[in-house]
Parts: sequence; structure tokens; C-alpha cells
Amino acid sequence: MSVAPSVTPKTGDDGVVLSLAGAWIVAAGRALETSAASLTSAARGARNAIIDLAGIERMDTAGAWVIDRARAELAGDGVQAAYRGARPEYALLLQEAGYRPLEPAKQVRTSHLVTLLAAVGESVYTAGADLIDIIDYLGEIVVMWLRLAPHPLRWRWTSMVHHLEMYSLRSVPIIALINFLVGAIVMQQGIFQLARFGASPYAVNLVGVLGLRELGVLMTSIMIAGRTGSAITAEIGSMNMREEIDALRVMALDPLEVLIMPRLVALAIALPILTFVADMATLAGGLIVSWVYAGMTPEVFISRLQGAIATETFLVGLIKAPFMAVVIGLIASTEGMEVRGSAESLGRCVTASVVKSIFMVIVMDGVFAMFFTAVDY
Amino acid sequence: MSPTRPSTLLGRRDVVISVRGIKVGFDDRLVMDGLDLDLYRGEVLGFVGASGAGKSVLTRTILGLLHKRAGTIEVFGYDMDKIGPSERRLIEERWGVLFQEGALFSSLTVRQNIQAPMREHLNLSQSTLDGLAAQKLQLVGLPQDAADKYPAELSGGMTKRVSLARALALDPEIVFLDEPTSGLDPISAGDFDDLIGTLQKTLGLTVFMVTHDLDSLYAICDRVAVLGHGKVSAVGPIDELLLSEDPWIKSYFHGKRGVVRAGAAEKRPAERAGDGRAQSDRAQDARR
Repeated sequence: MSVAPSVTPKTGDDGVVLSLAGAWIVAAGRALETSAASLTSAARGARNAIIDLAGIERMDTAGAWVIDRARAELAGDGVQAAYRGARPEYALLLQEAGYRPLEPAKQVRTSHLVTLLAAVGESVYTAGADLIDIIDYLGEIVVMWLRLAPHPLRWRWTSMVHHLEMYSLRSVPIIALINFLVGAIVMQQGIFQLARFGASPYAVNLVGVLGLRELGVLMTSIMIAGRTGSAITAEIGSMNMREEIDALRVMALDPLEVLIMPRLVALAIALPILTFVADMATLAGGLIVSWVYAGMTPEVFISRLQGAIATETFLVGLIKAPFMAVVIGLIASTEGMEVRGSAESLGRCVTASVVKSIFMVIVMDGVFAMFFTAVDY
Repeated sequence: MSPTRPSTLLGRRDVVISVRGIKVGFDDRLVMDGLDLDLYRGEVLGFVGASGAGKSVLTRTILGLLHKRAGTIEVFGYDMDKIGPSERRLIEERWGVLFQEGALFSSLTVRQNIQAPMREHLNLSQSTLDGLAAQKLQLVGLPQDAADKYPAELSGGMTKRVSLARALALDPEIVFLDEPTSGLDPISAGDFDDLIGTLQKTLGLTVFMVTHDLDSLYAICDRVAVLGHGKVSAVGPIDELLLSEDPWIKSYFHGKRGVVRAGAAEKRPAERAGDGRAQSDRAQDARR
């Protein structure tokens, strides 16, 4: 495209004349740097140097900078270098876009051990701060709920219904599908493993109790933490990034009331409904497998199921659902409020939201399991 | 013409971007309806039009970010519809864009933002990259300690400057500026204009500038194009547009905010750069 930058040194009576030619443009890349380096090496040791720019075909800001840097380096070595024959516009460019000495960046030296310890300490500290944040939010939400409860007209019904549709109705297909598959897998494994003891029919108990008590609500909560929790964090987070939350605040609107409350309420309604869907899908999965795989007719399956489970079995799963919903919603919205300016921080917060809510959902499930055992329910 | 401007460049009329008969629409609404526009090498073309008239749409269409329904766009003589991806990439290295909102990469520091195009497209050492980033910062009038900041920590005006520095990183031949001076204080906006003027003089930079800033239009634009009804309704040096009978153009330049500057236009930009700039109440965003 254009001629590469080049330097031709010539030693004269009053020093070295360095004739520059070619296109000193940033597109030349490494050639630009090596030519500038040859400029300094050619003139080093001389008393005076003249940089002749008359032969330059093109020069841009990067070209001006490397030439001027070479001149400055020569000056540092005690070689007086001057420009000659520069076109007026290039002279202006050298002046405007020339080399300015950079302050070297301050290198802060710390040992890896200190960095590691600092990182560990920081994450412990932030974990504690997160917990306080979430309890703080929970308190605010409860206070807000108490304040709003007597005024149903101030509830954001439209927003709630909208989110309810997003969180529950649109999740039905995927929730039904995964729980159907889980029910089928548990049933198949149950039949297969229990066959060794001749207890295959008890696989129905396995699917009934495990599915209704634990798996239905757990799978649904994990799925919703991934599907809806991430969406809530991303929505609130990007609103935070674009100052929309600040705009709400200065309009005397409480983001908690406008954004978080409807989402939390919608989630708390959606999760029990979805858990019910999940329970039915699990049982359906078990029924189909027992029928196809073990030749158990649906009538037999249902009568065995009636013997295996009671209303409590079903209720245990369902009672947990709203608690899971509140945990997911709280974590998702606090993480959303944590988002700062960059896209990276949005990504980090969405990840944290999903990871934390799944972790907390499983921890909660364990706590509930202990609780229900203790109260013998 | 002002003596500070390279008049020869206008005499030669080397077309770098040629837009012919483009139609751009969203759903059933046509925003551009057979628009023609030429951008000559080395000129500063100001592009004005009512808010929502499609100034940014045209910019984005030329840049290939929006699809057009008809028409041709030639950049450096290449028809943008007929070139392959590798040629397209070469053309894209020859233009720089300052987006209206800055569009800085939010997870990179200012220095990394400016270095990003150089790092991706050129083989340069880290010390040169650092030096060039510092140079670009200094060119756009930012202190060196801004280099380690993240875009979220910058003010609106600083974001514009960093965005310009990034647009200039590859020393492009054409720069697209989408409202470069809106949101800047009058002094910075004047410096911005001076910088564009200097770069145009020294590098022969071609500038396509969407702006509402009447001061910029008077100070550095060689020609001004007016967008109306999906077409370029008028184009020419600002002195010609001032004589136009078109009601919108009249109210644009002779409206409440335009009158002061219409008088000032008698003065030469070089003289005005010193005095009128800082004091004049400028139309930062004369949306009307």
C-alpha cells in the first residue's frame, strides 16, 4: 500500500544527517518502531544530528510520536537533534502530538502470600456483609409489606401480574419437562435397584415420597434460581447501571416498592404453583416408566401411591416453596442493586446471584428436612 | 473560505464516501428515502437535522450497522455491498467512530480502551502502546492520571474525549463524530473544535460530524448538510445555507440561539477561536 518507513544516516562535517523516507504511519506497526530505533542508534555518539523530514511521504500522530521520542532519547544521550525540511503541517503535528515524558507507573510490590490472605479476608468479610445486606433487605421488605398491606390499591397489580406470567406461566413447560424426566429416572433406577431385593413395587414409594417431599420443590427452585433469579438480577442491575434506579429515587419513588416488591410477590406465588406442576410431572414420569418398564398398570401405581404417601408428604414440599421464592428473590435483587458501572460487574453479579441462590436453596432444604423430622411431620 | 483551511483539498474534490439513493426503514416507516450524499477528502462535513430525523440512522447505515433497503454506499471507492469480509475489515481500520454515548468498553480502563484497536490490529510493543495512549490522551486534553480510570468513573465530557482518543487510535482517514460537543462545557467544546481542526490540517483527516452545536458548525465545518424528509435537503458552506429560504433551515440558523452566531459568522473562525468561544452562550444541544 505505502512505502515502509526508513532511515538513511549520512555523516557530515557538523554531525549526522538522518534522512527519513517512506510512510511513518501507525499501520506500519513494528516497522515504525524498528525505524525509530535505528534513528537513535545511528546518531548515538555524534555531537549533533539533523533529522531530515523532507523525504517523508506520510506521517500521522503515531509517526510523529516515535520520531519525537527518538529525538528526545538522543537529547537524553547528549546528542542535539534538530528537525529539517518538515512540511508545515508535519511541523505542527510534531509539535502538537510530540513526545511527552511519561511518569513511570508506580509499581506496588506485594508478596503473593499477602495478596492471597487479603483476598481470603476480603471474601470472608464480603460474605458477612452480604448476609447483613440480605437481612437488611428482608427487614425493609417486611416493613414495606406491613405498610402496604392495608392499602391494596397501592399494590402494583399490573406489574405483579406481568411478572407472575413471566415467572410462572412461561416456566411451566421446562419445569414440567425436567421433573417428568427426574420422576422417570428415579422410578427406573428404583425398579432396577430394588429388584435385587424383590422390592420393585416399592419404587412407587420412592418416587412418591422423594418426589413430593424433596425433588419437586428442589428441582423447581434450582431451575427458577437459574431462570428467574438471573433475570431479576440482570434487569435490576442494568437499570442500576443506566441510573434508572436513581431516577426512581429522585421522583420520590422507592425502588423497593416499585421494582423489588412486585417481583418478590410474583415469585412467592409462582413457586408454589410451579412446585405443584413439578409434583404432578414427577408422578407422571414415574407412572409412565412403571407402566412401560415394569408393566405396572396405572391403577396399581395409583393404589400403591395412595398407600405410600399422605397429604403431609405433598404439603411438606409445598410449604417450602414460598420460602425458597423469598430467598431467591432477595438474593437476586440485592445482587442487582450491587451492580456498578461495567458490563463485567453485571456478569459477576448475575453469576453470584445464581450461585448464591442455588446454594441457599439447598441449605434451606436441609434445614427444612431437619425441622420436619424434629417436629415429626 | 478561511485562510486556515486547506483550500486545495476542496478544490480537488476527491470523494471518500459516496452515498446514492439509500432507503432505510423500520417496519413500515421509511427514515431515509433516496438519500444522496458525498463526503470529500479532507473536509469537515457538519450534518444537522431535527431530532429524530435520522442523522444517527444515516451514520449507522454508512458504518454498516443498519441494513438499507436500496441504494449504494461507496467508501474509498469500494462498494460496501460488493466487498468481502477481509476488504471490509481493511476499510474499517481506516475509519474511527465516536458514538454519541461514548460506547467505551466498560470493563477496560481508559488506557486499555485506547489501546484496544492498536493491540488488535497492529504489532506494537507495550511501551509504544503506552506512549501512544498517553499521547492520544494528551491530544484530547485529558490528564495522564485518567488513564487508569474505568469508564464508569468518568464524567460525560471525559467519556467523549476518551471515546475520541479511541477513535483516533489507528490514525484513521475518516472520523465519524456523533454529537461530539454535546454535554461539554464551552471551553472544552472549543478545544474539541480546535483539535478536530488541527487534525484535519495536519493529517488531512476527513470528518463526518453529526452536531447541533452551532459554534462547531461555524468554526470548523467546511460544508453543512441538512437532513429533512429522508433526504439531504440542502448542502453547502454555511454562508450559503444562511441565505436559504427553507423555513426549517431559517429557523435553525436564525432562531433565538442562531442569531448571535449568524452575526459572528462574519468574523473568521481563526479570530473567533480566541474570543467568542468561551464567552458565547453556546447551543450545546439546540434541539428544536
